[in-house]
Amino acid sequence: MKIKFYKIVVLLAVFFMISVSCERDLSDDAIPATFDKTGEVYTDAFINMGSDFYFPFAGSKPDAFSEDFEVGYQSNSSIRIDVPNAIDPTGNYAGAILRVDGAGRDLSGFNALTFWVKASQGISVDAFGFGQDFFEDKYQVTANNVNVGTNWSKVTIPIPDPSKLVQERGTFWYAMGTLGTGGSGYIVWLDDIKFEKLETIAQPRPAISNGVDLTTNSFIGVNLLVTGLIETFNLASGLDQTVTVAPSYYDFTASDSNVAPVDPLGNITIQTSGTSIITATLAGIEAAGSLSVNSLGNFQLPPAPTRNPNNVISIFSDVYTNVPVDYYNGFWTPGSTTGSADFSVNGDNILNYTDFNYVGTQTANPLTDASSMTMVHFDIYIPGPVPSNFDFLISIEDWGANGVDNGGDDSRQQIFVRRNQVIADTWVSIDAPLTLANRNNIGLIIYENINFSSLRNFYLDNVYYYN
Amino acid sequence: MNTLNKKIHSKLIMNLGLLFAVATLVLSCSPNENQEVTTLNNLVLEDDFLIDGAPDPVLWGFDIGDGAAQGIPGWGNNESQYYTDRSENVVVEDGMLKITALKESYQGSDYTSARILTKGKYQRKFGRFEARIKLPWGQGIWPAFWLLGDDSNATQVWPQIGEIDIMEYRGQEPTIVHGSLHGPGYSGGQAITKQYDLVSERFDTDFHVFGIEWGPDYINYYVDDVLYNQITPQDVTREWVFNDNEFYIIMNLAVGGTFAGSPGLNTVYPQTMQVDYVRVYE
Repeated sequence: MKIKFYKIVVLLAVFFMISVSCERDLSDDAIPATFDKTGEVYTDAFINMGSDFYFPFAGSKPDAFSEDFEVGYQSNSSIRIDVPNAIDPTGNYAGAILRVDGAGRDLSGFNALTFWVKASQGISVDAFGFGQDFFEDKYQVTANNVNVGTNWSKVTIPIPDPSKLVQERGTFWYAMGTLGTGGSGYIVWLDDIKFEKLETIAQPRPAISNGVDLTTNSFIGVNLLVTGLIETFNLASGLDQTVTVAPSYYDFTASDSNVAPVDPLGNITIQTSGTSIITATLAGIEAAGSLSVNSLGNFQLPPAPTRNPNNVISIFSDVYTNVPVDYYNGFWTPGSTTGSADFSVNGDNILNYTDFNYVGTQTANPLTDASSMTMVHFDIYIPGPVPSNFDFLISIEDWGANGVDNGGDDSRQQIFVRRNQVIADTWVSIDAPLTLANRNNIGLIIYENINFSSLRNFYLDNVYYYN
Repeated sequence: MNTLNKKIHSKLIMNLGLLFAVATLVLSCSPNENQEVTTLNNLVLEDDFLIDGAPDPVLWGFDIGDGAAQGIPGWGNNESQYYTDRSENVVVEDGMLKITALKESYQGSDYTSARILTKGKYQRKFGRFEARIKLPWGQGIWPAFWLLGDDSNATQVWPQIGEIDIMEYRGQEPTIVHGSLHGPGYSGGQAITKQYDLVSERFDTDFHVFGIEWGPDYINYYVDDVLYNQITPQDVTREWVFNDNEFYIIMNLAVGGTFAGSPGLNTVYPQTMQVDYVRVYE
């Protein structure tokens, strides 16, 4: 065993000595590296990672991660991830970062993270990447929905701007679950994880707003974020690889910083009325897409609720403490087209539903017990003209004694909001009596267009039951 | 103990032999210095594309259209572009010839591009033909630098006239070019062809030299300083048609077609083939 190891070392050493002789010598002017320039993360073992480098995500099965000493890519070792079944009580997915234990690395001499991967069945892995360190995640890069087969294949994740990575601790991260496998677990093996300099990575195409020229109407005091930060590269295979890129790789510009300046993290703060167009460059390349912010001036906040908190069960409000809410938009597919562009004005959070057809707020954990309440309140704002065919329905659904949605004992109350009840660009308060006979297991509030109403965009605030 | 040591020793010697072999292989990272890439060095034609505007009309003409007027719709290869002589598609500027493929509706086609040729303006038999080119990229993008034999006032037809493809490339394979020979009985899918793969570099990120050296009974193909193929009458199945006829130069950028396949949804436009120079030596 020892002899074999010695053999490999000698072989490798001589091989490297000879290989290196083909490259140019370092100039005498070269400045010694301040930080470790090692590119390897895991080859046949962990390389320069220190001892405390594995940090699983919250909710991830903590022991899903191990080393396999039988399986490997052209070797006998690899990282093995046992993705748990969805019903595993110790964690229903596998996700972690591998962070250098100690000072960060100087990765500026590389242009990609590469690794070999295979799985016990064909799967699409939710996320592989680097730059996540559980501190700022400043230079995080992610490849989503990576196709992994049952034989070894190489994955290449380009670095958008290597010059940024002079002291990086987040060398690798992954997240994988069982949404695509009907809840059944599987195994993923990873090997030869390393940063490389590849001349075959080319045609970098950064984008913001996913490469689209977006326009949004907004108000003084609103905080917005530049989203859709992606970059696409062409690999040696001729195939494109798109990655999600952290804002710190970009240089953002606002066409009118008096109206809406943008900070280095892509945060936009609207100062006055007017228009400001946000664009960006990445490593000197102009990013496709933009965000045009039309500030309409002062935003009128809804009247602050004044009811005694003891008489209120709040679902969404900055004045009261909200009960636990599963979501304010379930993004129900197929069917719902409704997106969310929630924002805050001077600390008051506002729900903003876009491309609206129907959307729901779920309060199933626990179900809301509103048996002591007699009324329900909503503040609704419709920006721009109210469609002439406006017709709006709010449904409150109680899931009955069994507490199960569509469990056979559900009951539902409908609250209609008609055209003559709303006014453009104005907050309107809807107060309706709670008429549900059983209202101790309320699981859903649903908002929907009815009778072909063409409302597409509205704001919502101060949703609560009261007596 | 002794036996064990001996064993290790002999094994080490064996491995050292192996190492020597590996080392020799690794050391040869540059091509053999004795390789004769070119022997014809008397420059007889040079276009360095130094004068802005249309390509020099003394040397270059245009093929216009989608091939239908020539009786070969899709230029005989199911290509999708309409060739024009507009400056959007072909122009000399910045010391380069730029042939650009655009995605636009034009004369019933979905793409436009250009094809220039020296037919009737500069034709010759034998010589060294080379061009320094930075290639475009993307699924279905098909640039080419090639020679076609004179058709003796249309009394002869392809493939009898002969075709020498100095460089062809599929935009979806950014590291690979092809050099091919078409003649009677070995044309289209049966052409004599060989590909050259840069492996660790690409053709769309920098300029590379593509050339042939053509003489009696041989055509040598090279990329930069690497000779990667020689084709002689022994390699072709039928008649060698490259010893008598004069050939002219063609540079074009096709979109789609049987060689590169249809362009993809992700193919980026415009795509430009940049030519630094075309030279002929004898």
